[in-house]
Amino acid sequence: MLKTSVVEEVALQLIKRASIALPKDVKEALRRAYEEESSKLGKTQLKTILDNVVVAEQMDRPVCQDTGIVSFFIKGRSLDYKAFEEALRRATVRATREVPLRPNAVHPLTRENSGDNTGAHIPGITYIYEDTDYIDLVVVLKGAGSENMSALYMISPGEGVSGVKRAVLETVVRAGGQPCPPIVVNVGVGGTVDLTLKLAKIALTRPLGARHPEEEVARLERELLALINSTGIGPMGVGGKMTALDVKIEYAHCHTASLPVGVNIQCWADRRATARIYPDGSWEILG
Amino acid sequence: MVDVAEYRLTTPLREEDVRKLNVEDVVYVSGIIYTARDMAHKRLVELAEKGQRPPVDMDGSVIYHAGPVVRKLDGEWEVVSAGPTTSSRMNKVTPLLLKHYPVRMIVGKGGMSREVAEALKERGAVYCHYTGGAAVLAAKCVKRVVKVEWLDLGVPEALWVLEVEDFGPLLVTMDSQGNSLYERLELEVKSRLESLLGR
Repeated sequence: MLKTSVVEEVALQLIKRASIALPKDVKEALRRAYEEESSKLGKTQLKTILDNVVVAEQMDRPVCQDTGIVSFFIKGRSLDYKAFEEALRRATVRATREVPLRPNAVHPLTRENSGDNTGAHIPGITYIYEDTDYIDLVVVLKGAGSENMSALYMISPGEGVSGVKRAVLETVVRAGGQPCPPIVVNVGVGGTVDLTLKLAKIALTRPLGARHPEEEVARLERELLALINSTGIGPMGVGGKMTALDVKIEYAHCHTASLPVGVNIQCWADRRATARIYPDGSWEILG
Repeated sequence: MVDVAEYRLTTPLREEDVRKLNVEDVVYVSGIIYTARDMAHKRLVELAEKGQRPPVDMDGSVIYHAGPVVRKLDGEWEVVSAGPTTSSRMNKVTPLLLKHYPVRMIVGKGGMSREVAEALKERGAVYCHYTGGAAVLAAKCVKRVVKVEWLDLGVPEALWVLEVEDFGPLLVTMDSQGNSLYERLELEVKSRLESLLGR
């Protein structure tokens, strides 16, 4: 059985890395967006974003002050759920002090801040069964500005794919500059209400530019990205072409009478870090 | 098209200087600014309504929609990371804030409502946009934490009194004549959306 101290250490390193340095794919996407943006105001926003990304790494500081709610995704088999949860909570508490992270977790009704980014069901933990000897641990830090712009649609199946497009585009347009574009749009299609939003969250763990393996879904991802980048919202909503860095879709079969669409928006600071932990306790950071 | 200008302003801001600012102008602010989010706004308005004074001087003030990451070094607070938060959460309370206090500038991200635009016009204040997530660049402009009030609200929601130097570039997106960059763009985006959806 994997030592919990290893899980705690790996999780701590992942949170540190995710909060300070953006993944390579995100940095590349931001640089491309800067090159392709033609609006003057929009380009200025992207320049500031790129400068900030560099300075954050140089100064070893969180790239954004909203270090978000911490979510873990664990992929593997024979997981000791209880031990994992305890290790991941401890790592979150330590990261809050050591990075430092902003304490964001509050009781939903009293608004009392726990002070250490943990609380009921937080950090979020998603277990995904994969038939591997190793375990992949992914951490995602997600701020409220983008999370607040998310939406769930229960559209009529008769509307079909054009209804899916409408749901995504309406959500993006309603959000405007508020979720810090250029955004990453993660979409769950089908399933049940809980599953469709969970799928959108799982899409978050996929690197930018990695298309869905099924061509029909991949085509819809590309098409939606082109549509979103034709709205004119632009970087930070000050006008321009680069409204989104990518669109990712995951799907599940759904009831014949329903078509749920879950749209989860991520800001440009798409903070994620992944490590692979081997059965002997050795581990490596994958990015 | 109005000529875009760049300004360097020092707090407390004077109404006549703020009234000169137009949408798309760029501003750098030096002096003292206050961070305030949902909870601090609520408390500021409650105090005014009870006829009580807040713990900071609001005359010519700059309100920054932000909740910083902070740490204590040798007993002194240090701002580590301090980008803007989504301003629309403060849409409802801001007209009241501007009614009660001579705030001259609000800095945030994502823009604010028509009601806020009217209140800015009435008060003689502007709304400026700072790049969301550019938190380390913003923190670099902070020279020192003067003090913190209302820590009982939690670190992000507390009222941080910050001394800043050349805080910016801030983009004026809502001026004191009632103009809003967001409204102009929103009309364009909505009309495009209709054609993108083939309606």
